[in-house]
Amino acid sequence: MKFLCVDCDRQMTFEERRLPGDGTLAAAFRCPQCGRVVAMLTNPMETQLVASLGVQIGGRTIPAQPLEMVRGMVAGGKEDAFDDGKRETGNVTWSADAQERLARVPGFVRGMVKKIYTDYAKERGIAEVTTAVMDAARAELGLEGM
Amino acid sequence: MRIRTYHELTEPDRSGLATQIVAQRRRVAQRLAGVARLIAVMSGKGGVGKSYVTAHAARALARVGRRVGVLDADLNGPTAARLLGARDGRLAVREDGVEPAVGADGVRVVSMDQLLADGHPLAFRGPEAESFVWRGAAEAAALREFVADVAWGALDVLFVDLPPGLARFQELAELLPAPPAVLTVTIPTAESGDAVRRALRAALACGATPLGIVENMVGGAFVGEAGDTLAREFGTPLLARVPWHPTPDVWQQLAETIWNAV
Repeated sequence: MKFLCVDCDRQMTFEERRLPGDGTLAAAFRCPQCGRVVAMLTNPMETQLVASLGVQIGGRTIPAQPLEMVRGMVAGGKEDAFDDGKRETGNVTWSADAQERLARVPGFVRGMVKKIYTDYAKERGIAEVTTAVMDAARAELGLEGM
Repeated sequence: MRIRTYHELTEPDRSGLATQIVAQRRRVAQRLAGVARLIAVMSGKGGVGKSYVTAHAARALARVGRRVGVLDADLNGPTAARLLGARDGRLAVREDGVEPAVGADGVRVVSMDQLLADGHPLAFRGPEAESFVWRGAAEAAALREFVADVAWGALDVLFVDLPPGLARFQELAELLPAPPAVLTVTIPTAESGDAVRRALRAALACGATPLGIVENMVGGAFVGEAGDTLAREFGTPLLARVPWHPTPDVWQQLAETIWNAV
């Protein structure tokens, strides 16, 4: 799917993606010539179809995680199906409230979610993952449901 | 007003959806670089014993020192992990992928059965309305991840145990760098032969190489000669007739035949 500014005959470029949390998606595209912005809005079914393909509109914000679609989308997964303990986490620590929030994530996907937030902190030189860091990562990386 | 078509737009695209798909395919190819032989075990018919044949053939090959894996592509009715004694235990996640479980005789296996809570059907989070639109894509993506994200390591043979029907085979064939060899399982009846014929024909249309036919559950209530008929029609060998109560030497012989055929 691409967007064309018909007046300028220029392909519009991806500007921003938003996941409001209701299963829908909004993506903004701007004409590089006249600056006109249009938003593409997808309904939950369309959003899910794109997610099911394992691709992200606007490009990937984080490296692919092993079995990320299965872990992120399968409902009714075993709490203890995966052992993520051997993945490198560096020296990043987790505050008590961040750990509490993480504990509410289903065990099936928790290890992967922890890795994503830890990598986010590590890459930005943040020593401790707090709930504020988690919120920032969610907004920046578009981690709906994490 | 002239509006350029999709293919006429050549400016860089930050979303790069096509590039993302290409990257997924590349990951599949990289993962399978260590797999010497990939064999899809299929049948158009359910209940003919595909998983049973797969598990025992895999174990028999492993017993003679081959490095063998089984990917359970029957996402909705997974049984390979149980048949190989590898249902329990956690799958270790490493940076480069998920370690497969090690089952009987050292066969490596990954199955949805290892991931789903007991008794739970495979379900995906998402809108219930019109779920048929995206569910197939989600299952195909799960299959892709089972191939690409599992650290299979170096294998002599990777069996892909397919569900009945054609769809999963077609998804697999599209995913792989080259169409797989196909081991076809039937029972002796003409009804099974009819269903298997359609499936095998579809597989060949996808470019698959027929490895041979295994006629399972021979000598019991199921009467017929579907194995011979299919072998003759498709010019492929009847690799084995597996009786109702097969002895280990039946599997050993089948394993040897498969090894020589691929």
